[in-house]
Amino acid sequence: MAQHITAALAGNPNCGKTTMFNALTGARQHVGNYPGVTVEKRSGTVKSGEVLMDVVDLPGTYSLTAYSPEELVARDFIVDERPQVVINILDATSLERNLYLSIQFMELGAPMVLALNMMDAVKKQGKTIDVDMLSTLLGLPVVETVARTGAGKHELIQQTIAFIREKEDPWKPLHISYGSLLDPVLREMEEIIAKNNFLTHRFPARWIGLKYLEEDEQIIAMGETFLESCHHRLLKLAEKTRTRCLKNMDMAPDAIIADYRYGHIAAMMKQGVVKRDTTGDRINLSDNIDRVLTSRFLGPIIMLATLYGIFQITFPIGEIPMGWVEAFFEWLAMVAVAVIPAGFLQSLVVDGIIGGVGGVMGFVPLIMVMFMAITILEDVGYMARMAYMMDRVFRIFGLHGASLMPFIISGGIPGGCAVPGVMAARTLRSPKEKLATILTAPFMNCGAKVPVFLLLSAAFFPHNAAGVMFGMTLVSWAVALVVAKLLRSTVIRGEATPFVMELPPYRMPTLRGVLIHTWERAWQYMKKAGTVILGISILIWASMTFPGVPHDLSSQFQARQKAVEAEMIASPSQKQQLQQALVDIENMENQAALRYSFAGRVGSFFEPVTRLAGFDWRTNIALLGGFAAKEVIVSSLGTVYSLGAVDADDSASLGKRLLGDPMWSPVGALALMVFVLLYAPCFVTVAVISKETSWRWAAFSVMFNTALAFCLAVGVYQVGNAVF
Amino acid sequence: MSAIINLRKMQLNQTGMIRSVRATGELGRRIRDMGLVPNTEVRVVGRAPLKDPVALRIMDFTITLRNNEADHISVEIQED
Repeated sequence: MAQHITAALAGNPNCGKTTMFNALTGARQHVGNYPGVTVEKRSGTVKSGEVLMDVVDLPGTYSLTAYSPEELVARDFIVDERPQVVINILDATSLERNLYLSIQFMELGAPMVLALNMMDAVKKQGKTIDVDMLSTLLGLPVVETVARTGAGKHELIQQTIAFIREKEDPWKPLHISYGSLLDPVLREMEEIIAKNNFLTHRFPARWIGLKYLEEDEQIIAMGETFLESCHHRLLKLAEKTRTRCLKNMDMAPDAIIADYRYGHIAAMMKQGVVKRDTTGDRINLSDNIDRVLTSRFLGPIIMLATLYGIFQITFPIGEIPMGWVEAFFEWLAMVAVAVIPAGFLQSLVVDGIIGGVGGVMGFVPLIMVMFMAITILEDVGYMARMAYMMDRVFRIFGLHGASLMPFIISGGIPGGCAVPGVMAARTLRSPKEKLATILTAPFMNCGAKVPVFLLLSAAFFPHNAAGVMFGMTLVSWAVALVVAKLLRSTVIRGEATPFVMELPPYRMPTLRGVLIHTWERAWQYMKKAGTVILGISILIWASMTFPGVPHDLSSQFQARQKAVEAEMIASPSQKQQLQQALVDIENMENQAALRYSFAGRVGSFFEPVTRLAGFDWRTNIALLGGFAAKEVIVSSLGTVYSLGAVDADDSASLGKRLLGDPMWSPVGALALMVFVLLYAPCFVTVAVISKETSWRWAAFSVMFNTALAFCLAVGVYQVGNAVF
Repeated sequence: MSAIINLRKMQLNQTGMIRSVRATGELGRRIRDMGLVPNTEVRVVGRAPLKDPVALRIMDFTITLRNNEADHISVEIQED
C-alpha cells in the first residue's frame, strides 16, 4: 500500500535549500502563494518505492521570530500543517549559525532530519565534520549532501522515510537551559500554561513561555484572544522578568535567550564536531574576488559595466523571440480577419482580444531573458554585493541597496521595462523599502516611452534629440528618488529595516535552478495575461469603439465614399488620386469615431482642465490609450490626427503634422513628455504591482502618479510659456 | 593590552571579540539571528565604496552591517 508523507524543507537563505528542492522533486513542482501574503509557496513530490512524499519548500529564514512574513509562514506551516518531518538543510560551511534555526525547530518539537549541505565546500576549506557525533548530540539523523550535484539525496530520502517509520512519539520539544534567571520563570509559566491548556493544542507549553519572554507579537496577540486571565498573568511575569534581567545583566530577555541558544550550540561544537586542518591559512576565493569586485574605485565601475552589459545583451536577445511572438499574433489577427465577417465582432477579436493579449504576451520573452540574467546574478552572489555597494546612496532616499536592480531594469538605463522591474523587487527582504521601490520604479524611462520622446524631440528639438532623452532620464531618476523619500516620510513611514545581510560566497548557479525560476516567473505573468489583462484589454477597446459615430454623420461619410467610388468608375485615369481620397475619408471617419467614442468624450470632458498643461482632447485620447501600453500614444495620436494607424517606429509624418499644428509648441511638447514619463503606469505594470503588493497600492500608483505628472506638466507648460 | 571599542571604529582586517550587543527590538533580533552575539570573534573584511556598510566575518561567513547598526556593538581588541 502506498504511504503518503508530508515533509517541509527548511533552512537559512543561501544554504542551497532550493537547489536541494529542485534536485529532489525535479520538474514535479508547483508554485503558489501562502494565503494572505506574497511569500512564494513551492511544493512538489518525491516518489521512493511505495512512499509518496509531498515536499513543501519553506521560505529561507535565519530564525523563527515573528518579525518577517517569511518567518511567520515557516512557523505557521510547521505548527498548523504538522508535517510528518522537517528536513532541515544546513550550509555546513557555517554550521554553528545554521544550527541556530535547527535548535528553534527542535524547541517547537518538530521531528527533524538534518542535511549537511555543501560538504564539497567544507572539504575544500580543509575542515572535517564528525557526522555521527553531531547526530548523537542532537539525537537526529544527519545526512551529508551536495545539492548542486545531487550527491546524498537518495540517502536523505531513505533516512527520512526510515526515521518516520521508526520514531514512536515524533513531536518532542527540546529543553534548553536558559540560566538561573530565566529557568525558574519558565517553569512557573509552564505550570500556568499547562493548567489552563493555554494554546497547548498548537504549541509546547515551555515554548509559549519563551515567546512571552521574547515579546513575540503573534503569540502574545493569540494568547490575549484565547484566554485573557492567563494571558495577563504571563504578561506580568514576563514584564517582571524583563525588569530583573535589565537590572541584573543589563540585557533584555530575548538577548539572553539568544545567548543561551548559541551557547548550547557552542557546547556541542566544543566536543569536536568540526575539525580544522590547521596546516596554513586556507585561501578563500570569495574574499579575493571581493577585494576586487567591491573595492573603492573598481567596484562601482565594474558594477555599472555589469548592469550596462546585461542591458546591452538582454534587450537585443529578448527582441528576437519577441518578434516571433508578435508575428504569431499578427498572423492570428489576419486569420481572424479572414474568418470573421467585418463588424464589431471582428473588431473585438482583432483589436480588443488579439491586440491586447498579444501586446502583453509580447513581453514574455523579454521577461524570461531578463529574469534569467537576474537569477544568475542572484545565484552567483553578485546581487548582494551590489546592494552592499549602493546602500549608502539609496538609504538617503529611504530605500535599500537592493533597490538598484528594479530601478535599472525598469528603465534606469532608457529602454527597460517596469514589468520585470517591479517583479525584480522581490529580492528586497525589507517590506517598506520594497513597497517604496515598487511604487517608484515605474517612473523610469521604459522602452515604450522612448518612441513618444523620439517623435516629439525629432519634431520640436530636431538638433537636440539625444539631449532630450538624457534629460528625461535624469528627470525620471530625480523624481523616483524624491518621491521615494516623500513616500517613506509619509504613507510608508517607518524606521529603515536593518541591513544585516549575508554576503554569500560566490557560487556557480545550476542550470536547472536558473531554468526553473525563469520559467516560473514567465508562467505567472502569462496566467495574469489570460485573466485580468484580457478583461482590461476588452474594456479599453470598448471605450475607444463605442458608442460610435452618430447615424447622420456616418451616412455623410458613406455618401462621400460612394461619390468617390462612382468617380473612380467614371474616370479610371485618376484612380490613384481617388484611392488616396478614399483613404482620407476612412481616416476622417476613424477620427470621428474616436472623437465620439467613450474615450473621446472623456478626453473632451477633461479638456478644460488639461488645457492648463496644453493638452487638447486629441492628446487626452492618446494618453488614455497609453494606459494600455505607452507606445500606443503614438499610434493613437496618428488616428486622432486622421493619419490612420501610425507605426510607433516610423512616425516622421506625424511629427511634421504636429509641428504644423498651431496647438503645438516646443514648450507644449516638453510638458507632454514630462507627463508621459511620469503618469499612471501601463496596466500590465499596474496588474503586476497589484500582485506584488495589493490592489490598493496599485490604485494608489495610478492616481498618485497621474496627479504628480499633471502638476509637473502644468508647471512646465505655464512657466515655459511665461518665460519664452 | 586590550581595549573595548565600538565596532564602527575597527580598522580593515582587524580582529576582535564581541563583548556586548545593546541593540533592542527588531534590529537586536536580526543581529543576534546572524550570530553577532557576545564572545564571538569578528573580523572586518571590507567596507563599501562609500565607507558604509561594513562587511564582517563571523563564524566562517560574511555579513554586512550599516555603521549606525554597528554602533550598538562593542568589541574587545588586542592592542600591541
